[in-house]
Amino acid sequence: MSMTRDIPAAKPRRMPQGLIAARNILAFLAKAPTSLFGLVVLALLIGLAVFAPLIATHDPYIQDLQNTLQPPSGAHFFGTDELGRDIFSRLVHGSRITLTIIFLVTIVVGPIGLIFGTVSGYFGGKVDTVLMRITDIFLSFPSLILSMAFVAALGPSLNNAIIAISLTAWPPIARLARAETLTFRKADYIAAARLQGASAARIIWRSIVPMCLPSVLIRLTLNMATVILTAAGLGFLGLGAQPPLPEWGAMIATGRRYMIDSWWLVTFPGLAILSVSLAFNLLGDGLRDALDPKQMNRR
Amino acid sequence: MENVLDVRNLTIRYRGAAEPAVRDVSFTLGRERLGIVGESGSGKSTVGRAMLKLLDTAEVTADRMSFEEVDLLRAPERQMLDLRGRRMSMILQDPKFSLNPIQRCGHQIAEGYRRHVKCTKAEARRKAIEMLEQVHIRDPERVYDLYPHEVSGGMGQRVMIAMMLLTDPDLVIADEPTSALDVTVRLQVLRILDGLVRDRGIGLVMISHDLNLVRSFCDRVLIMYAGRLVETLDARDLDNAKHPYTRGLLAAQPRIGGPRGDLPVLDRQDSWLQPHQEVTA
Amino acid sequence: MRLDRRRLNGVAEHGISILVTLFGLLILTFVIGRIMPTDPVRAIVGEDATREVYENVYRQLGLDKPMWQQFLLYLRDVATFDFGTSIRTGQPVLSDIARVLPATIELATFAIVIGAGLGAPLGVIAAVNKDKWQDQLIRVISLMGHSMPIFWTGMIALLIFYAGLGWVGGSGRMSQFYIGMVPERTNFLLIDSAIAGQWDVFRSALNHIILPASLLGYSSSAYITRMTRSFMLDQINQEYITTARVKGLSRRQTIWRHAFGNIRVQLVTIVALAYGALLEGAVLIETVFAWPGFGQYLTSNLMIGDMNAVMTCVLIVGVIFIGLNILSDILYRVFDPRTR
Repeated sequence: MSMTRDIPAAKPRRMPQGLIAARNILAFLAKAPTSLFGLVVLALLIGLAVFAPLIATHDPYIQDLQNTLQPPSGAHFFGTDELGRDIFSRLVHGSRITLTIIFLVTIVVGPIGLIFGTVSGYFGGKVDTVLMRITDIFLSFPSLILSMAFVAALGPSLNNAIIAISLTAWPPIARLARAETLTFRKADYIAAARLQGASAARIIWRSIVPMCLPSVLIRLTLNMATVILTAAGLGFLGLGAQPPLPEWGAMIATGRRYMIDSWWLVTFPGLAILSVSLAFNLLGDGLRDALDPKQMNRR
Repeated sequence: MENVLDVRNLTIRYRGAAEPAVRDVSFTLGRERLGIVGESGSGKSTVGRAMLKLLDTAEVTADRMSFEEVDLLRAPERQMLDLRGRRMSMILQDPKFSLNPIQRCGHQIAEGYRRHVKCTKAEARRKAIEMLEQVHIRDPERVYDLYPHEVSGGMGQRVMIAMMLLTDPDLVIADEPTSALDVTVRLQVLRILDGLVRDRGIGLVMISHDLNLVRSFCDRVLIMYAGRLVETLDARDLDNAKHPYTRGLLAAQPRIGGPRGDLPVLDRQDSWLQPHQEVTA
Repeated sequence: MRLDRRRLNGVAEHGISILVTLFGLLILTFVIGRIMPTDPVRAIVGEDATREVYENVYRQLGLDKPMWQQFLLYLRDVATFDFGTSIRTGQPVLSDIARVLPATIELATFAIVIGAGLGAPLGVIAAVNKDKWQDQLIRVISLMGHSMPIFWTGMIALLIFYAGLGWVGGSGRMSQFYIGMVPERTNFLLIDSAIAGQWDVFRSALNHIILPASLLGYSSSAYITRMTRSFMLDQINQEYITTARVKGLSRRQTIWRHAFGNIRVQLVTIVALAYGALLEGAVLIETVFAWPGFGQYLTSNLMIGDMNAVMTCVLIVGVIFIGLNILSDILYRVFDPRTR
């Protein structure tokens, strides 16, 4: 992919260069209003998650049956749900779940994709054919349906939802890592490492993985919007986080019954999902522009 | 002789660029064949495209830029639509890219004709096939139905010529018409173009980097360097060129039977960039 | 089409790779079926069956055999189109699916027409006005469609357009009133009602499909818009566009007749892939709109762990996906003169 071309070039010098590149990218993103919005929303999300207990006005789990289905007011910014819980506080605490999903999926999918992709690309031949065939099989499913089947098999819970999403999210990463590996498999410094007697595992780990990492991270960011929507969808279907947890999708599912009279039950969690996934999409779009050398010159 | 083109102090600056790509270029064109020669980046193609007002991303200014009775500087796009393809047209460099890959060659020829002449499909087809014959295509009916990737480069360029000359324009700009072709077919294609241009009395602007080609197919030659016109000559006087750049170019040409030593390389001088300066050799 | 050796080899290779993918699909569905938490025997014999009956059924299902034999049995069943019966409905799974699939296909087809009809022109406009305000606006519109949780948007849209404004029908494929009135021929309600000449039903069906289909279409148009834009950007700087302009064609004509003509092939493949992705959105939207389709069938069987039904549903979705990939490949070959 062309968007990632300029990153590896900056990489061999390790951190300082990488930091500079990261700062440049951030600066570029901040200039476009759309990606700036993405950055702000994500910063907000992280802030909410970290300081959730401080920001939340109520305990997200405490029921108050005297005060069920209250419309938004000064006491309850986003109203209360059917058990009298404060929706604002639940949303704030829900950001922790969203962040957990993002984090766990990333650390599961990144390594799996990298291993599949780099091994496949480095060895080529039969290994490549077999691994890529497996990747294709996973790719030939719509991710939500495959995740649903996996969750149904493993039993509905937040952790299983994360596992199922990871199982369906790694193939594109593997594809990308393989393509990246192919571009520098033949490079001189790889050959030099091989001549020095470095093992394949060592070459892949020390020389190839670091080169693939930036583009893989970017691709993960791009895919995160889909991950969030899939997680919310699973939650909505009752296959993800289970009821008392303030997961946004699950909140919409329970709020659905009261939707006609109490619009706030579904509206606010939905807006939360929408803005986070939109933020990732806008950011991803901006990243694509930022890393496309053709685009850079034009501005 | 009436002028087909009359250009005075043409300056073209691409949007976002610091320096203009073309600066203060003046020339006229009658019913003749004019060559514009220069190295890549000298602005020669830009001048060609400016004549058809195809440069959307550039600012074009001039004291005068007219095509026959039309003031090109003031002509609105609507008028240009009627001029382009009807009275002025352009032959592009490489048929591999300049022909639409998913339309049949004949259809592309007929399309231009039907755009400007009211006629039936069958009539346009007949016209196109006639024109294919005139560019020496032996089996025009078959070639009409071929896709661009199915014809050779030389044939593709003849299709291009047919397309551009079918409406009998007064001005044809040929932008490196043969540089993408095999050496063996270059001459053949050029002869076809030359023959048609002479027969029909078309004003031809031939843009090229090839001095020898321009020398043998043009009446007059403009030499461009770094966006500026450095010299205007009759083709037959090319050997008596005064400007050091032109002389340098000539000297850098290999010659059959000439000395076998290294060819001289241009020794560029800043003074060449001075506008309108009579340089003495 | 010339069938030379190389092309033949290519076709063979393609065929083999499809078969391998199919085989992998079967392994995957088999694994999913085996790790399902429900006990398939219990589900058949009931909670208070004797040990003997239980063992009997256990053996009948082949569950006493080693895994690889069970897999072979599964292969045999699939090869003979025997997908077992659904525990929930008691019907053969295949006939269940044949009954619900048309509702989903009807919805998805309606949606893809909207999605492509919206996405392709927007993509072209965005490309032609690259980096101008039109481009930015279209980018936000399409990313919006890509970012919305469709089950939520569905609910909000129902609130507004059905409960609030009353412009469209609510849940289901038609008003309760009409259910059972139309003879089922194709199970495509719009077609069935039109054949039967029951225009009231037809109108009601149209009223019900328009909202979920628009939402699905909008969400899929995001992808189509983005791809169209990038395809067009590749085309509008090509030399043949200059040629078209030199011929005196207007900007509009060069863009639609020449540039758009050249992306048609790519676009068709994209639409075919987007159609597959629609099925996914359909699962969620069907739940919201109580649309009696494939997605709802899958979800409700997942919830109760109806193994046969789930395995078959997943398999069928996989096959549809592979089929769409093959289709887009074929379309590419048919439409692009360069590959003929």
